[in-house]
Amino acid sequence: MLREDVDSTTRRTLTQTARVLGALRLDGPLLIGLGLIAAYGQFVLYSASGGDWGAVLRGSVRLGLGVLLMLVFAQLKPGFLRRMSPWLYALGLLLLIIVDAVGYVGKGAQRWLDLGFMRFQPSELMKLAVPMTCAWVLRERALPPDGRTLLLLAALILVPTALTIIQPDLGTGLLILMAGGIVVLLAGLSVRIIVGLGVGAIFSAWIGWYFLHDYQRQRVLTFIDPQADPLGSGYHIIQSTIAIGSGGIFGKGYLRGTQGQLEFLPERHTDFVFAVIGEELGLLGALLLIGLYVFVVLRALFLATQMRDTFARLLSGCLAGIFFVYVFINAGMVSGLLPVVGVPLPLVSYGGTSMVTLLAGFGMLMSLYANRKLAA
Amino acid sequence: MSLRGIIKDFWREQRLFEQRAIAAVVIIATLSLLLVGRLVWLQVVRYDYYTDLSQGNRVRIEPLPAPRGIIYDRQGLILAENQPAYQLELVPEQVPDLDATLQGLVRIGLLDADDVDDAKRTVRSRRPFDSVPIRLHLSESDMAAFGVNRFEFPGVDIRTRLARSYPQGETAVHALGYVGTVSAADLARIDREAYAGTSTIGKVGIEAAYEDPLRGRNGSREIMVNARGRSVEKLGTLQAALQTRPGEPGTDLFLTLDLEVQRVAEQAVRDQRAAIVALDPNNGDVIALVSRPGFDPNLFARGLTRTEYAALNENPDRPLFNRALRGTYPPGSTIKPVVALAGLTHGIIEPDKPFFCIGYFSLPGSSHRFRDWRPKGHGAVDLRSAISQSCDPYFYSLSNQLGVRRLNAFLGQFGLGKPTGIDIGGEKSGILPSPEWKKTAFKQRSAQVWFPGETVIFGIGQGYMTSTPLQLAHMTAILATRGKNFEPRLVRAMRNPRTQRMTELTPAPLPPLQAASAEHWDLIIDGMRAVMEGGTATRSAAGAPYSIAGKTGTAQVFSVAQNARYNESAIAERLRDHAWFVAFAPIEAPRIAIAVLVENGRSGSGTAAPIARTVMDAYLLRKFPPADAAAPSGDVTEE
Repeated sequence: MLREDVDSTTRRTLTQTARVLGALRLDGPLLIGLGLIAAYGQFVLYSASGGDWGAVLRGSVRLGLGVLLMLVFAQLKPGFLRRMSPWLYALGLLLLIIVDAVGYVGKGAQRWLDLGFMRFQPSELMKLAVPMTCAWVLRERALPPDGRTLLLLAALILVPTALTIIQPDLGTGLLILMAGGIVVLLAGLSVRIIVGLGVGAIFSAWIGWYFLHDYQRQRVLTFIDPQADPLGSGYHIIQSTIAIGSGGIFGKGYLRGTQGQLEFLPERHTDFVFAVIGEELGLLGALLLIGLYVFVVLRALFLATQMRDTFARLLSGCLAGIFFVYVFINAGMVSGLLPVVGVPLPLVSYGGTSMVTLLAGFGMLMSLYANRKLAA
Repeated sequence: MSLRGIIKDFWREQRLFEQRAIAAVVIIATLSLLLVGRLVWLQVVRYDYYTDLSQGNRVRIEPLPAPRGIIYDRQGLILAENQPAYQLELVPEQVPDLDATLQGLVRIGLLDADDVDDAKRTVRSRRPFDSVPIRLHLSESDMAAFGVNRFEFPGVDIRTRLARSYPQGETAVHALGYVGTVSAADLARIDREAYAGTSTIGKVGIEAAYEDPLRGRNGSREIMVNARGRSVEKLGTLQAALQTRPGEPGTDLFLTLDLEVQRVAEQAVRDQRAAIVALDPNNGDVIALVSRPGFDPNLFARGLTRTEYAALNENPDRPLFNRALRGTYPPGSTIKPVVALAGLTHGIIEPDKPFFCIGYFSLPGSSHRFRDWRPKGHGAVDLRSAISQSCDPYFYSLSNQLGVRRLNAFLGQFGLGKPTGIDIGGEKSGILPSPEWKKTAFKQRSAQVWFPGETVIFGIGQGYMTSTPLQLAHMTAILATRGKNFEPRLVRAMRNPRTQRMTELTPAPLPPLQAASAEHWDLIIDGMRAVMEGGTATRSAAGAPYSIAGKTGTAQVFSVAQNARYNESAIAERLRDHAWFVAFAPIEAPRIAIAVLVENGRSGSGTAAPIARTVMDAYLLRKFPPADAAAPSGDVTEE
């Protein structure tokens, strides 16, 4: 009897929640996954910032802004998103050129535009605009795309990528390239071309070496042999692997990571926050976070497969894929698998506009899913 | 445009996307497993390795320098102790630009421009994480000057350390020695671990010879440091289990020196360049060891600047030179009693057989005159008066009969020509010549030949022979005890400061002299008594309530040509003869044997003997002249 009551109460609550979420065009499981990651992130941020409530507060504000943007994007109609894509791309491209021009005139690295009240990174906008535009181009074409379409896509992807890399911001440039690339891959790019591009990538990496900035080359060299420069550019990798390794299975305990708390670990609450998790919460803490990320990625990918519209499917699949790329590049870099590139850990790293961009992307994904039956 | 380009195949595209999504899942799974594998590798397989590295990062071992042993004289007066002092220290790895930092310290007046290179060398020779002292003994104003400019000097800080201090100043400095800043040369031979946290090391004297027991053993303390190397006791909830290992404080030394007698001896020589060594002949204890002029060892302990060092080093009176151990002078007539004993032992002379002294001696078949110090000669002399009047021709003749080999062997038994074995370093051997020695000492073959005339002057301690004041004091001690022989020593006991347990060191006896008979000893000691009673040093024995046996001596600095007369006033002060006096007292039961050398003092009886008397009075009678009293001085008479 009682059990039935409980069951029915639970069912009623769930039904009501589902109705509210449905009305807000939000996906429950995805929202829970993102919420858990963000909560975990704020919890770790307190320790990683050295017990700075101010940092946690500012992080929460930024998170709130992201959630707000996600809600707004979730309410947008897929048709509007689609129509907006080329204009967003054009705006982003224009701003990128302005930033590069300002940087050239100012003879220094230039990544953002000062809007007075905040600093805005056009390259961050491009992370969304490039996959959106690629999906927009492919929306009414037969898949897999033909050669002419591929050339057009290549131009659409490579121009903003190049403009970002010369800022110089190799990390974001690569993310833009990958975002566009994922769309093309999901669109059914033939395996033969993928292999060809792989060979081409190795070749162009060899050529590209000569165009890299010294500090970028140094990063690559340091990645290959961090001990060669233990106090200079190898310092980050050495200290973060020490932090993770010394955490062991169970970690040193919350707020008790010596590498992080004594500041041996640089950028401990921004790009290297994953090392703080590995040190203080151990392998288990790191696996929990990776598990949450994988859950979110797989859920997003599943949602993408449920969509009936090419634009929605490609864009959603891309957003899922790029989210995983973020996680893998950041965790791989911090644990010494990949070279150091400035990619934050999604929803956990403090600062930057990437959290806002990512949540806006998930808002779009939810909108596309909620309206999946209204195929354009 | 192909037909496919216009008409989209909905189901085909759906399947294509699903295939790609499955491929994506496979890729995601693979990369995630790669990441997990990496984490397992770091956190499970290599856990111990990274734990050690993390431990090494945050825990730094800081040395706790042991306090250096305290040095007392035989009465328990403190000669060397430790005082807290402020010093400027620098941690090399925390200094971004060493040159700029040192120049900055020069600018605010904390470092002498001349010392920058030395400081740089010291810093470079140390380990990058060691705190290296670059300026010792900061004054109040130095600390204030650093305080206001501190922000300009990352990695530089003021530390409190125990610094060596010598409360007696110059007194006994040549026995005591001093500690100084560890030099690059020192670093090459010492165990750096043992000197971590210490900036000074014993340089000479007792401080150097007894460096190991005095230094003790460093302790250590683990401190938690942050990435900038700053010590953090506790940070939030982070607290480390840190260990402290106490060190072993340095051993206290009790010297044989009698500081009161030492001070009387130093005052007695006033501003002359002189050396005094007083021994207890019964065990080799050094009662006083004087080399004047001296210097203040606190200068070195404090870290003297280049200018200060140059001033000491270039002083023509050479205050840094330890004359007592390292000054080698012809012993002159002081060895005559030993030569006489050799003559008696070898049956060459009979004590009562008269010898007629005509003022010179010539070898058979030679016209060269070996002159007596008294131009007229002494007339008829026997053994006793030959010693008491220091008749040179008597000993010329005796030496000639003894021959160089027997002279060399006999004098060698009295410790001449070799180190006495005193327990501090640096002593010189002097020269006890022989034909063999001459072969090695000269390169030119013609100069290697031993001439009979060289044997003649050997017997009055001239020619090639040289000795240190310490050697002559040692020789006198052997005479005093009729052949007993001890290594001179400055340290008689050591005390463990923790347990307060005193360990007495036993005197080191050397094989006693067998050669001479009791009767012969009596004869020459009687000769030495006669020196003080009617002989050359009579004035210096006047009124002594104890019996003294002594012998005066003169060491030629400037050789007088044949037929020329020694004209004192015409000779520059630095070319005047050195004055010697050796003595022991009381004769019946000797308690003190002393050797006094006054450089360019001209006369043993006039200059050196009164000083010896003052020292003996101080030791035997505890009679101390007031500090500012004029030192005794006799008129120049003999030799």
